[in-house]
Parts: sequence; structure tokens; C-alpha cells
Amino acid sequence: MKILVCISNVPDTTAKINFSPDNKEFVAAGVTFILNPYDEIALSRAVDLAANGGQVTVLNVGDASTEPTIRKALAIGATDAVRVNAQPRDSFFVASQIASYVKNNPYDIILCGRESSDHNGSAVPAMVAEMLNIPCVLFAKSLSVEGNVAVLDCEIEGGKEVVEVPMPFVGGASEGMAEWKIPNMRGIMSARTKPLAVIEPVDVPQLTRHQSYDKPAARSAVKIIAADDAEKLFQIIRDEKKVI
Amino acid sequence: MSVLVFAENLQGKFKKSAFEIVSFGAAIAREQQLSLSVVSIGQVPDDELAKLSRYGAAKIIKVQGDAFNGMNVQPFATAIAQVAQAENAKVVVLSASFSGKALAPRLAIKLGAGLAENVIDLPQMSNGFVVKKNAYSGKAYSFVEMLSDVKVISMLPNSYKVMEHAGAGAVTEFTPQLSSADTAMKIRETVRSTDKVALPEAELVVSAGRGMKGPENWGMIEELADVLGAATACSKPVSDAGWRPHSEHVGQTGIAISPNLYIAVGISGAIQHLAGVSASKVIVVVNKDPEAPFFKAADYGIVGDAFEIVPRLLTAAKAFKAGQN
Repeated sequence: MKILVCISNVPDTTAKINFSPDNKEFVAAGVTFILNPYDEIALSRAVDLAANGGQVTVLNVGDASTEPTIRKALAIGATDAVRVNAQPRDSFFVASQIASYVKNNPYDIILCGRESSDHNGSAVPAMVAEMLNIPCVLFAKSLSVEGNVAVLDCEIEGGKEVVEVPMPFVGGASEGMAEWKIPNMRGIMSARTKPLAVIEPVDVPQLTRHQSYDKPAARSAVKIIAADDAEKLFQIIRDEKKVI
Repeated sequence: MSVLVFAENLQGKFKKSAFEIVSFGAAIAREQQLSLSVVSIGQVPDDELAKLSRYGAAKIIKVQGDAFNGMNVQPFATAIAQVAQAENAKVVVLSASFSGKALAPRLAIKLGAGLAENVIDLPQMSNGFVVKKNAYSGKAYSFVEMLSDVKVISMLPNSYKVMEHAGAGAVTEFTPQLSSADTAMKIRETVRSTDKVALPEAELVVSAGRGMKGPENWGMIEELADVLGAATACSKPVSDAGWRPHSEHVGQTGIAISPNLYIAVGISGAIQHLAGVSASKVIVVVNKDPEAPFFKAADYGIVGDAFEIVPRLLTAAKAFKAGQN
């Protein structure tokens, strides 16, 4: 079985976010970058599924600065890696690179995290699937292979669905699909020598353009309600905030 | 030319988020001098469909058929795309719900459109078309210019007010042409928990953390939520420990929510948790530790033990609700 796991390099979830003085750019200085947590779930599941002689390729769209994250994915257990040498401009750009790679290098399963924790985009998996005209199961909480189909549990409005898809398909991994794997020393050592191919991006029309960032207005100071007045909470909220 | 809104229904009834995005679509249509069409997919009674006209729908297009029983993304995306082409839609609006998030990217590709997800306000349309959206898990906003002729937008629930604005609301039927690829995915089973309020769209959320000491103590949290008509949620350590399902985990790596009121009990307020809930309009924190970082991000705080405060809130909530009726 051949599985492609698409990974992104995102600021650590504990990072404070800062922007340039004109608010146009994200300031990466001083920020630790990590493998997007959902992508790590996808990777963990892929490594287990391919344990009996399969292949797990990780693909990242990014410049050379993302290579430590790619090496971490190799240490977790991916077989090889591909880096598309470009700044990820938007979801459409990234999805186009992945779809273009897969058209020339077929896989049985293409996995992504269900969302990236930087721009909170969840568009890439479904865009890739649409470009390849194959199914996409987003918010997948479990994934198993039964013969030539895959079975996934996915979250839907007010419940869940159990779905069956033929291969190839695209899956968006959500919590529950796998436990995070901690790379062991052997994995870390072997990651250094595993193949990492760098390929150039394909041309893609620009459909959206990032303009600037802003931060939410700070909340006014907290109003402490004495424990003895706890019963008054809902009245206070109704009178002052009118949300209930 | 038109603005097309996909109004999602849950078992034949439109969700509040559907009326939010119809109101949102109506505002864009007025600004751009386009007409507003709304598409509904699946079995929805006529009196329910008629509600869409209250919020500005000039035309209501219903799509029905066996392929639309259950949420199967590909036939839905194909149907909406074909309606968008028939209506010559310039802007297509969906809710950033589970299904909206799965549909919008496919639609954007089918229509050659740019996509903006998790939009939280009306676009700025006087000079180009610039949307405001959530970024960095609620730690920031980003402004994105949409350059394409056709634009697909998914709107974060609870971020646009429902506004009544009468529209003609003529109902027509549309039969989409589906291909075999559209039905590649088979739904084996659908499990609904209809008695509970869906978290991503909940207006009120009661959430609890490790301060509850164990899953056996969640009864009072569920009861408080029940009395208020709120959804229940939890922090990451709680879902990691298996006290509550992952589907209740709110925060940076869980579900990001934007309710009108978020009540957090026994949650210290790690930055990853704040990221997922900071879009809440009003935040109430109950924690016995006065130094808990969450107090700094809250509107109201009660310093006290959950096991003492929650029962009192429950009594107060019952009285408050009784007073409203």
C-alpha cells in the first residue's frame, strides 16, 4: 500500500503570534515551528497502515526552512519525503501542487490533517480530491482498510457517519484516528539518511491575495463576581451583555 | 447575475446558521446589485422553504433525490455547482459547518473560483472584494482580497446577525446531472445525537476541565447545559484522558467555537484553549485558583470550587429560565 501524507509546518500551538509593524507579515523570528498536529495524526495512522511492507511518503509545500519538520516526519516513520520548493500562497496553490504530484505518482491513500493551525484552512484535502475527481472524507476519526475499500468514521452535524470509499481517496485526519507517535532514537538516526526529493512548483493562477493581519481587541478587565453572589450571574449577563 | 446561498437543513429543518448566511448573502446582493438565490438540498417541507424568503431570498431552488439522503459531499457539491452556473452566481456562500467546510473547496474548484473560509464579517466591496477571516486559531484575523470573477465564501456560524428582509421567494425545482464518480462514497451508517446542541453552532456553551476531577462528576455540567439550552464542551486534557469524547474538545487542536456565552468550569486557560474559544462574545470563568490565566481572558470570573459553584449556578439557571417563560 502506498500512502501520501501531506504535511504543513506551523507555529507551535503555544506560540504568541506577532506581525510586522504594517501588519502585513507574520513575524517568524523567535517562533518554533512544528509539524501541524492534525497532520501528525494522519502520519501516525499512515505509518501503522503501512507497517507490513507499505510505503509512506510525506509531502510538504515550503521553502528549505521546513526541512526540520520534514525530518521529524521521517523520524516518526515515513519512508521518504518530497518538498515542493515554494512558499505556500494559499490553499488553492498548495492543493494544485499536491494534485500535480499525485497525477504523476499515484498513491492508494492521500491523507492530510483536517485543518492547519495557522490559517485554519481545511480546504486543501477537498480541493485535492476535487482536482483528482476522487472522494474526500474530512473530519475522519478512524480509518481502516477492508480489502480494496477504506472505511472511515467521520463527524457530521449532530452526529457521525460511517462511510466506505474506494481507493484512491483523500482523508482529513481528526483527533481519534491515531495516537501521536514519539520518534525513537533509531527513527531519528535513520531520518537523516532517508530520501528527501526537492521538486519545483507548477504554475498556478492567483485567486486570492493576503493583504494584512489584525488582532482581536483585548477584552476589558475581568469582572469578579463574589462566590456568594454566584446566583446573580445570569441576571448580570442579561443586563450588561444582553446575550441571554 | 446572482449571489447564491446554500441553506443547510438538518432533517428537514433549516439551522440558524442557514438564516445567518441568507441574511449575509442578501447584504452582499444589495451592495453588488445582484439578485439573491438560495439553494436547499434534500427533503424540506414547503412551509420551511418559505422561511428563506423572510431573509431576502428572491428565488428558492430545491434539489431532491435519492443521492441527497444523508450528507454525501460529492453529489451535493455537483448539485450546488450546477445551480450556481444556472443562476450565473458571482458569489456563493456556505456556512463553515462540517459539511460546509467539505463542500466549499470542491465548489471553488468546480467553478474556478477563489475560496475564503471562516469569514466573520461582510466583505469590504468598495475597492475590490476583501474578506475578514479568522487566522492562527482565533489569535488573529486576516484580510484577504479575492481576485477571481466567481467567489466562494464559507461563513463562521454565529458571526453574522440574522436580519429579516422580505424577498419574493419563488420556489423552483432543479434536477442536477450526477456522474458515477459523484456516488463513489457509500454511507454505511448515520448516527445522530439529536438531543444535543451541535457544538460548532451553539449559541451557549458550558465547558469543563480537569477541575471536575473525573468523568463521574459531569452530571452537573450536563444538567446546567441542559437547563440553559447549551452545548457541552471540554478541555484537551479531559478528552485526552478519555473523560469526554474528542468531539467535545474545544481549543486550538479541537473545535474552534464562537458562541454568545461560554462558561468554563475548572479550566485553567492554556493559550491553546484560549485560541479556540476567544471568539466567544461573553466568557465566564469558574475556577478555585484566583491566579488561573483564564481569568485574564474572561468577562466575568467566579473564584470558587466547581463543586460548590456549579450547583448554585444550576439553581440560578432554573430560576432564570422560569422567569423568562
